[in-house]
Amino acid sequence: MTDVHIIGAGIHPFGRTEGRSGRDQGVFAVREALADAGVAWEDIEYAYGGSSSAGNADIMVNELGLTGVPFINVANGCATGGSALAAARNAVAAGQCDLALAVGFDKHERGAFNPEPSDWGLPGWYGETGMMLTTQFFALKIQRYMQRHGISRETLARVPEKAFRNGEKTPHAWRRSPLDLETILHSPMVNDPLTKYMFCSPAEGGVALVIASEKKARELGAKGVRVASIAVRTRPPGSFEVFAPSIRSEPGGKPTELASQAAFEEAGVGPGEIDIAQLQDTESGAEIMHMAENGFCEDGKQEAWIAEGRTEIGGALPVNTDGGCLACGEPIGASGLRQVYENVQQLRGRAGERQVPGAPRLAYSHVYGAPGLAAVAILER
Amino acid sequence: MNAAARTPIAENLWRGEPPQLVGGRHRDSGEVVFPVPPGEAGEAYERIALPRTGKLWSWTRQDFRPKSPPYAGPETFTPFLLGYVDLGNVIVESRLEGAGLEDLRLGQAMELIIVPFGEAHTTFAFQPAEDAR
Repeated sequence: MTDVHIIGAGIHPFGRTEGRSGRDQGVFAVREALADAGVAWEDIEYAYGGSSSAGNADIMVNELGLTGVPFINVANGCATGGSALAAARNAVAAGQCDLALAVGFDKHERGAFNPEPSDWGLPGWYGETGMMLTTQFFALKIQRYMQRHGISRETLARVPEKAFRNGEKTPHAWRRSPLDLETILHSPMVNDPLTKYMFCSPAEGGVALVIASEKKARELGAKGVRVASIAVRTRPPGSFEVFAPSIRSEPGGKPTELASQAAFEEAGVGPGEIDIAQLQDTESGAEIMHMAENGFCEDGKQEAWIAEGRTEIGGALPVNTDGGCLACGEPIGASGLRQVYENVQQLRGRAGERQVPGAPRLAYSHVYGAPGLAAVAILER
Repeated sequence: MNAAARTPIAENLWRGEPPQLVGGRHRDSGEVVFPVPPGEAGEAYERIALPRTGKLWSWTRQDFRPKSPPYAGPETFTPFLLGYVDLGNVIVESRLEGAGLEDLRLGQAMELIIVPFGEAHTTFAFQPAEDAR
């Protein structure tokens, strides 16, 4: 298999853009990515993309040009972007083509997602009695974790505090004004212990990446980054996931742990070598628990890590340098690719005010979502 | 409406007095689930009565009225507690009654009760166990 590089990255700012469809935000991102890579749409030999709520990706060809390119629609929930990237990488690595595109975009209605029990194979009473809310799952998972591993409410609040501070420095972020700890702690409770500002919101946005073979990247003289590994995994037995009327008593594995271990193994590096990490932060607790699930620290050590500022932009392991989902919002189809976009910019030294110092070499991204899937990508400069 | 006229929110979720939840034990793997899966998937499970007491595994409070549908509780919303209780052979999600947030502790003893729900129904819940209160 040939080495694969990301040679172009484009983003449509996240948040809310009235009057522009989700797909048009995707098209915007594709044009940016192509310009960044210095290639034309006509040069793209394979395209993969999708959204969760904003329609099929392949009809983008109406805007981009009818070049006859094979365009595969990806519909993989929260891992839509990650799966599109994995497929594009595989097509190039397998020698099927030299230049591929991965794109993810979305546009969600305001307010929380509104699932129906039958769509999830669940009985009606589960929703009728008020137990079918995604926010409850996150609260229940972090509540238990806090009890077992000594994580404080203050530490929970420090996560969005950092996110909004980083968001302030990020042109593509949605929430760009800092909030103090007290405001976050005392904002309306959603599900104890998680308050309003500890949750990300459904949003809009688009991200596109141009993937090239080693040969093509050299030919173009592109300033890209190497894809050291990508791993996508679904849940193993006994994992605790959203919308579970019951779970196994015997503790099981976690999709994040599986994806993380596979990605580290394929890349031939360990967590200690990673210079920067983008970790799924649907809410404050997720970022904290994912630090451990991805192997960066032991359970419970987050309390000290966060107090010491280790996950800040100037810290030992900067986490969610563009403000993550908390500051950018979560357009499901685009969210995982935003993390990769951020890492590509950071590794190329193009992250502006939020640039991690010391010329980072290895960057890690992790997306997680319902009904229990995770995708990890490790990039190397 | 008097209590006798209320009907369970769904059939075959619990049985007996004192009540026990009805779970399913997989005929091959022995894994216990709740509720028994509907339709053909349920045929792989033997119906069993689950232990009526267990230990609190996690909890939270629902502080805003969930969207309807699917939520079928009263229009006038009062925050409610919910959580997971480890019954030994399976951990079940449930509404929690008879306690406030500040009363709940990891591992505390809980027992199953049946409570009124909405105008016309009953549903299952767990409360701190009598002898532990």
